[in-house]
Amino acid sequence: MRQNFIKVQQQDFNLEAEYRALCLDNQQDGAVVFFVGLVRDFNQGAEVKSLFLEHYSGMTEKCLESIVVQARDKWQLGRVRVLHRVGQLELGEQIVFVGVSSPHRKNAFEACEFIMDYLKTQAPFWKKELSPEGETWLEAKQSDHNEADKWGA
Amino acid sequence: MIKILFFGQLREVLQTEILQLDINELGKLPVNVAELRVFLQAKSELWQEYLCSSRSLVAVNQTMASETNLIADDDEVALFPPVTGG
Repeated sequence: MRQNFIKVQQQDFNLEAEYRALCLDNQQDGAVVFFVGLVRDFNQGAEVKSLFLEHYSGMTEKCLESIVVQARDKWQLGRVRVLHRVGQLELGEQIVFVGVSSPHRKNAFEACEFIMDYLKTQAPFWKKELSPEGETWLEAKQSDHNEADKWGA
Repeated sequence: MIKILFFGQLREVLQTEILQLDINELGKLPVNVAELRVFLQAKSELWQEYLCSSRSLVAVNQTMASETNLIADDDEVALFPPVTGG
């Protein structure tokens, strides 16, 4: 079992399979924390039906790997799995999965949040809302940067 | 040659996905990110507007770069809006 699993893909992911991959034959870790992000209506355009997600292939994977390495420097972690979808996604669909295992729950909680905060402000993904009226690129939010900044440099 | 990639709204607005640039066209060497911005911004008002540092980020060889980051021949540079994943 690889300790880091990072993937950018079009297809959906299976939560049960992801959870299993974090705990199967893993007796060292007593805590698993995962986060799932879903496509929601950002209301920047009217009647949003779906999102289109673009990314910078190559840099995205490197960037996610680097975020996971930073998390491992800060917390004692077992397995880390990060999956992010790209392409066209409908409202309510799963978009991102971050799962970590650790001997200690606090490590698992904090590392999961850290990875998501950094992913949102550093990983090269861009979202465009699609509605009958047209397409709108989403603007980055200052609040996301404030969240990421709280972890220090 | 420097390879310059554009992503997201920048790619659409500037109608440019990739640009190959002879590093010698940039004038004095070595050249940094801020100087590359200025060179590209001279193309038109639209480029001027969208490539300012508040509206676009820069990566050099697939790593986030600062304005003082030097650019070398054969580097892969990317320009894109602030990211919105997750």
